[in-house]
Amino acid sequence: MAMPAQQITPHALPDDDAAATGRARRRARSAREGHRSAYWMVAPATLLLLLFLVVPVLLAFGLSFTNARLISPNPPRFVGLDNFVRAFTSDPTFVRSLVNTFVFAAVVVPLQSGLALLMAILVNQKLRFVTWFRVVYFIPVVTSIVVISILWDFMYQRDGLVNSILDTLTFGAVQGTNWLGNTSTALPAIIVLSIWQAVGFHMIIWLSGLQTIPEELYEAARMDGANAWQQFKDVTWPGLRSTMVFILVTITIQALGLFVQIDVMTQGGPRDSTTTLVYHAVQQGYRRQETGYGAAISLIFFVIVLVIALVQRWLTREKD
Amino acid sequence: MSSDTTRGGPPSGRLGTPDQMAARDAERVRSAEEAARRRRRRKVVGYVPMVLLALFFLFPLVFMFVSSLKPDAQILSDIDSPQAFLPVGDISLDNYSGVFDRVPVARFILNSVLVTTLIVGLGVIVNSMAGFALSRLEWSGRKVLLTVIIATLIVPFETIAIPMVYWVSKLPTIVMENGVPMYDFGWLNSYHVQIVPFIANAFSIFLFTQYFSTIPKSFDEAARIDGAGWFTIYRRIIVPLSGPAFATVAILTFLPAWNQYLWPLMVVQQEELRPVMVGMQYFFQINPAWGEVMAYTSLITLPVLVMFLAFQRAFVSSIASSGVKG
Repeated sequence: MAMPAQQITPHALPDDDAAATGRARRRARSAREGHRSAYWMVAPATLLLLLFLVVPVLLAFGLSFTNARLISPNPPRFVGLDNFVRAFTSDPTFVRSLVNTFVFAAVVVPLQSGLALLMAILVNQKLRFVTWFRVVYFIPVVTSIVVISILWDFMYQRDGLVNSILDTLTFGAVQGTNWLGNTSTALPAIIVLSIWQAVGFHMIIWLSGLQTIPEELYEAARMDGANAWQQFKDVTWPGLRSTMVFILVTITIQALGLFVQIDVMTQGGPRDSTTTLVYHAVQQGYRRQETGYGAAISLIFFVIVLVIALVQRWLTREKD
Repeated sequence: MSSDTTRGGPPSGRLGTPDQMAARDAERVRSAEEAARRRRRRKVVGYVPMVLLALFFLFPLVFMFVSSLKPDAQILSDIDSPQAFLPVGDISLDNYSGVFDRVPVARFILNSVLVTTLIVGLGVIVNSMAGFALSRLEWSGRKVLLTVIIATLIVPFETIAIPMVYWVSKLPTIVMENGVPMYDFGWLNSYHVQIVPFIANAFSIFLFTQYFSTIPKSFDEAARIDGAGWFTIYRRIIVPLSGPAFATVAILTFLPAWNQYLWPLMVVQQEELRPVMVGMQYFFQINPAWGEVMAYTSLITLPVLVMFLAFQRAFVSSIASSGVKG
């Protein structure tokens, strides 16, 4: 530690003893100053995180046991587990939101991570213009999800672009429908556009995982006569384990938080077929101003996210 | 890794007669040619799925930009032909001027630019200072704070959004009434409610901490000998050496800030304070003229798209580096 200092000022301290004590003193002073500077430098970020992350988390816990309203002359009153009991026993829309959210996640997580991996393998080929394909696949990611929801809302209409393309591709075999106006097609339609928007992000993550696998491993496998599938199974896949954990966790959390598409395109309809946990929390906690109940739904959402993240981490760690 | 894969080809090590050797050589040449041909074919085949996927990702956006230039009747009549993707027919910027006539879209854009600039600008300062203290200074509580900050990464914003609306509606603020500053409560309907909660960012702090700890500590010590204070070291040595980290954090905070929707939807009701995304949603609800809606969406997508294409390398590597989180 002291070596570089001595190299920089070899002439300053001729006496070894004095040098040692001087250095020790200087280091002690520097540590104390370091202390003070450190506190000043972390203070703004820490204070802001405390105010706008820690306090709201604690409030989410606290408010869910009260009847707090956004604008109300009365202070919040403690109501015990009432909000949770209400959610599970007397709010069918909540139960529907829970089911829809799980269905959405259960379809999106495997589809999106699989498609992203396939795309990553494609754009990892040593071909010309491959970078430009990466860029193109990534364009929806940098486009606002609000813009995309409005655009696909237009395309999903009965006489819209999606039906016109389906008609052309299948030579009229597929009869188009009003995708978002139908209880059985609304959620699948939202699934498609959600994957379309986000898959490029996870392609890039897979790709950076793929590129950490040394080329020598593939060469060795090829010399042993491994075919493309064997190379994938025995070289690529084991090398992607930590990337996979990250991708599964992020897609799951992102999928469980589904909100914007619903708010812009269907408002939970038709007949609650697309309502989700976060959408329901906003409806209750903000639009109907029942902060306590909204906080309870948010908390349920948070617990689910937490459990899934922990389970995924544990499952994938087990195999190492 | 490859030990369990099956060995293909003839067993090596046995020589045989010259005739057999010549035959093997010819065989090898033939199989090399065959392999080269197969590789070439595979290359061409490799492009097919990539091109199809590219069309899949591009067609909605091309349709959006093209439609924004057409009158409504033509958009609908073009849908059943390839003209839906071509800027042909009655092309004009009328839809765009229609948007500007109907809603204060320039104001919305200005609001978003202001909010985004401040979130990104103040964010890189505040978070990099915290990252500096957490990675290069020795102080008690450092490890605990770092652990807590990393632990908060698991909290999705959607969880705390509702309690946070309640919380900011109670925070003290200063309002001007007839030129006199007055003490009041409630942060709703303001610029600062759109900015302040998003300046500090646990993930940005984490990225800065990671990056700064790769810079040799001897740089600091040399500067200390020369009498530099810690803040000077941060500003004169660490910041100039950390361009890539700053670029990454700026890009990763820019996108969500520009795209903010849920939060301003709840905390901003006044039209003149609305950011672009919320403004667009209101516009979408009041105006069913698709040409103008497409003009609005194109208008706010183009600048981001141009920026992305100009800095695509930095964008993509930022996203890739966000994958280290796992």
